[in-house]
Amino acid sequence: MSNVKKRKLIDKGFHILVFLTTLFGLLILSILLFDILKDGLKWINIEFFTNFTSRFAEKAGIRAPLFGSIWIITITMIFAFPIGVGSALYLEEYSDDKKILTKIIKLNISNLAGVPSIVFGILGLGIFVNFLGFGRSILSGALTLTLLILPIIIVSSQEAIKSVPKELRHGAYALGATKWQVVKGVVLPYSLPGILTGSILAIARALGETAPLIIIGAVTFIAFIPESIFDKFTTLPMQVYNWSTMPQTEFHDLAAGAIIILLILLLGANAVAIILRNKYQNRIK
Amino acid sequence: MNIKIDVKNLDFFYGDFKALNNINIEIEENKVTAFIGPSGCGKSTFIRTMNRMNDLIDGTKHVGEIIYEGKNIYSSEVDVVELRTKVGMVFQKPNPFPKSIYENIVFGPKRNGIKKKAELDRIVETSLKDAALWEEVKDRLDSSAWSLSGGQQQRLCIARALAMKPDVLLMDEPTSALDPVATSKIEELIGELKDKYTIVIVTHSMQQAGRISDNTAFFLMGKLIEYGETSKIFSNPEDKRTEDYITGRFG
Repeated sequence: MSNVKKRKLIDKGFHILVFLTTLFGLLILSILLFDILKDGLKWINIEFFTNFTSRFAEKAGIRAPLFGSIWIITITMIFAFPIGVGSALYLEEYSDDKKILTKIIKLNISNLAGVPSIVFGILGLGIFVNFLGFGRSILSGALTLTLLILPIIIVSSQEAIKSVPKELRHGAYALGATKWQVVKGVVLPYSLPGILTGSILAIARALGETAPLIIIGAVTFIAFIPESIFDKFTTLPMQVYNWSTMPQTEFHDLAAGAIIILLILLLGANAVAIILRNKYQNRIK
Repeated sequence: MNIKIDVKNLDFFYGDFKALNNINIEIEENKVTAFIGPSGCGKSTFIRTMNRMNDLIDGTKHVGEIIYEGKNIYSSEVDVVELRTKVGMVFQKPNPFPKSIYENIVFGPKRNGIKKKAELDRIVETSLKDAALWEEVKDRLDSSAWSLSGGQQQRLCIARALAMKPDVLLMDEPTSALDPVATSKIEELIGELKDKYTIVIVTHSMQQAGRISDNTAFFLMGKLIEYGETSKIFSNPEDKRTEDYITGRFG
């Protein structure tokens, strides 16, 4: 055939094209990382972790925002994971798909995932800070972030639950298992890796958010470590935001340092989730 | 001759589609009863009414009675979860759980309240022995059930059903996904199991029905056409349609 050469050429061309698109992302990411490491690494030392923020760049540290971020992310997951997985289980396993209400709920949860985070901030300010009177506390922040990431967890958990083969469910029912036993014994173990993958994304999202926290009034100048969920707090992204708005360039470098720690925290959280996921995946194989 | 399951005037619908039409049949105890018929004749639908697996499909309904142990299994007196512990099922495609071999066997017993390790161990051993799988897996009970071959997986599913000490074992084309060697092992096994259990098997293969069953029921388009001793159905059927199917003129 005469056009074989031409088709092969197109084949090769496309291969190169998609490689270049991948390279583009990698390149930008490397430049970004390099830039941040160049600015920030020199600031990272023991004091950087033990000091609170300060008016003087050389005395400023991330003690408060580091602890704040860890508090926030822990409390957020404590709320978001069970509520999210529970909702997904209800929607997939228990609710009646033919009811219009179920359809509306399912559609709207997907839509919620696309709502700008600042809107959740306004909601959080209205409900948690003012109406329920939790103030500008870790609890308010974590609950607001919970609302923000719930749709992500619910939708990804629903997908994971849907992927459980019908044959496995029927196998369990045929052994005289009740619905809950089928869910606990077959559906959850099988879908857990997928649920955890979605939760990884959700953790990353919550860890990096600033807008809703600014709205609910997280402060950036805090000189104590939170001791309960009713304490005021700040988080790493908030501190980065604050430092990068300062006029002195030293603070911009400090912000880069805080970004490095934020990335490490993020990678750490992801690593835990990935280890958990692999543990369950191996069990399945 | 004891009657284990007595089906009376059973109709079954998927939505508006009538899949079973006035089925009347008596399943005999400790016999192998085979359901044969062309695809879509309702034989699989019928076997799945006997442990109410069809309840899991939306929009189905039934008319008529299935009497087991003196009660209509669709009546409110019978709890479906309890029914399924007595009427076990093996499916078309091997469907072991993504767990170890051991956990697969104890899945049912554990959930029905057996907690003692020693008793569970004993159940695992006897079930696997009854399913002729013990010798092949006794050294690796903790490895994943998904690492077994297709034929072994199906025998594991049989063992899993036997672990519940069922009264009746329903098998829905249990060998259709298996190679001939694995198939003959399962057929041999069925022959041994009928001393202890009442077995109902749906099969696509008439040869298989002829080899392993005592009674055969022939279904066509949702109707039970003919039911009787296998030897009689195969050598001297009363209905012309049965004869046509058995001699391979259609289906």
